[in-house]
Amino acid sequence: MSFLNLTLSLIFVLIPLILSKTLNLGLEKDTIIAVVRSIIQLLTVGYILHFVFTSNDYLYIILMIGLIIGAATANARKKGTSIPGITGKLIFTFLFVELLTQGILLGFGITPPTAQYMIPISGMMVGNSMVLAILFLNRFASEVHAYEEEIELILSLGGTPKQAIHRQLITAIKASTIPTIESQKTMGLVQLPGMMSGQIIAGADPIQAVQFQLLVLFLLLTTAVITSVLLGFLSYPTLFNQRMQRVKEGNPTD
Amino acid sequence: MKPAIRFEQVNYSVDGLHVLRNITGFFPKGKITTLVGPSGAGKTTLFRLCNGLKSPDSGDIFINEKHIKEYDPVTLRRKVGLALQNATMIDGTVFDNLSLPLKLQGKQLEEAEAKRLLNLVGLEEQFLSHGAKDLSGGQRQKVSIARTLVNRPEILLLDEITSALDRISQQDIEELIMNINKKFGTTIIWITHNLDQAVKVADYTWVMIAGEVVETGDISVLTAPKNERVKLFVKGEEN
Repeated sequence: MSFLNLTLSLIFVLIPLILSKTLNLGLEKDTIIAVVRSIIQLLTVGYILHFVFTSNDYLYIILMIGLIIGAATANARKKGTSIPGITGKLIFTFLFVELLTQGILLGFGITPPTAQYMIPISGMMVGNSMVLAILFLNRFASEVHAYEEEIELILSLGGTPKQAIHRQLITAIKASTIPTIESQKTMGLVQLPGMMSGQIIAGADPIQAVQFQLLVLFLLLTTAVITSVLLGFLSYPTLFNQRMQRVKEGNPTD
Repeated sequence: MKPAIRFEQVNYSVDGLHVLRNITGFFPKGKITTLVGPSGAGKTTLFRLCNGLKSPDSGDIFINEKHIKEYDPVTLRRKVGLALQNATMIDGTVFDNLSLPLKLQGKQLEEAEAKRLLNLVGLEEQFLSHGAKDLSGGQRQKVSIARTLVNRPEILLLDEITSALDRISQQDIEELIMNINKKFGTTIIWITHNLDQAVKVADYTWVMIAGEVVETGDISVLTAPKNERVKLFVKGEEN
């Protein structure tokens, strides 16, 4: 795609701007900010990736993956402020997901150990893991809040923290992983995955594009379940103290 | 009188607000103690401390003369049963709720035992299959008491358990609690706003006002109060 074509694609930005202005939606400022940010961010990433791919130095690959994990953590931690030590738990979860998926891919020789494969796959895996973490933390916090009395009841009857929070934990794990599973059920029928579409547009063989997309889908399934389960089991103990008492936000010495 | 629960200079605060101040005293073993006082006196908080749901900021609590910190929390909570005013029910049937304490120990409640418990609290057997969250306030209170009894606690903490009941049900529960006390020797500590009830059921009484214990003693504390604040409270003027 030439720069002229890219410039012409801005027509697709003009349409929402005109609609927003005409209908008084007040979205012009946010739309312009979003467009400018995405241009700057993607071009920057493009040039960085170009540099990393040509150098193919593992130090740069590790730095890039570190950057991806750092950005994902900074974004997801805002949803988990009620959980003590959430930053460390998120970093651990994203690192675990990254090491597991890359370990399987590289260990079995499914993908080659080059920046061209490792960085985009890491971005997809950690990005998916971040979305899952946000979904889980949101749901877990609201479940715990809604069922405080039930949690206290189980503790008061001699239940352990794990027993007291079990229902809320399982509900949050299920609720956060369902969208991934459901979207995979209609994959190819309702939507063509972005990566596969991109490969086909770029001239790849559709069958090969499908095979690679399947690999990514399976990886996403793993990261979804692992993220929610790991984050859940790392998070719930911090809601209780050593005396098996519920520790509430802002009152950690209860 | 031997103490079942003894407090030594217990203090508890939430966000810098003193909820309990310098609580010292005891609940006698094997007796029924009523705990009375205006709303916000810290009575329910005191129960949460006894059941181990909270720990005091300072001071000591002894259960059967053993420091509360020496108990494993799970053992403590089974020994000191707590039935709260809101009578929270878990999703499911009345049987599911009655089964809960044993389920937490990996055991199963026999249906015959569940029926016996329902009879004990004055509910008919067919309630076993009813949705617990569909029960009336009074029925929930009764199920809550029965559920607490499943653990066979040595000490039973009852928080306003008859506030949602009609007069006849109140009397049934009063008799039930007095029977449990006599039959099993269970120590009962009962928070109530109903002073007639407090006088009727109690061997011993505590009056708490604004986080402090104002007076303790036999029932004459309420029937012939000497303390000025208790006099005002009994007249309904201390809030």
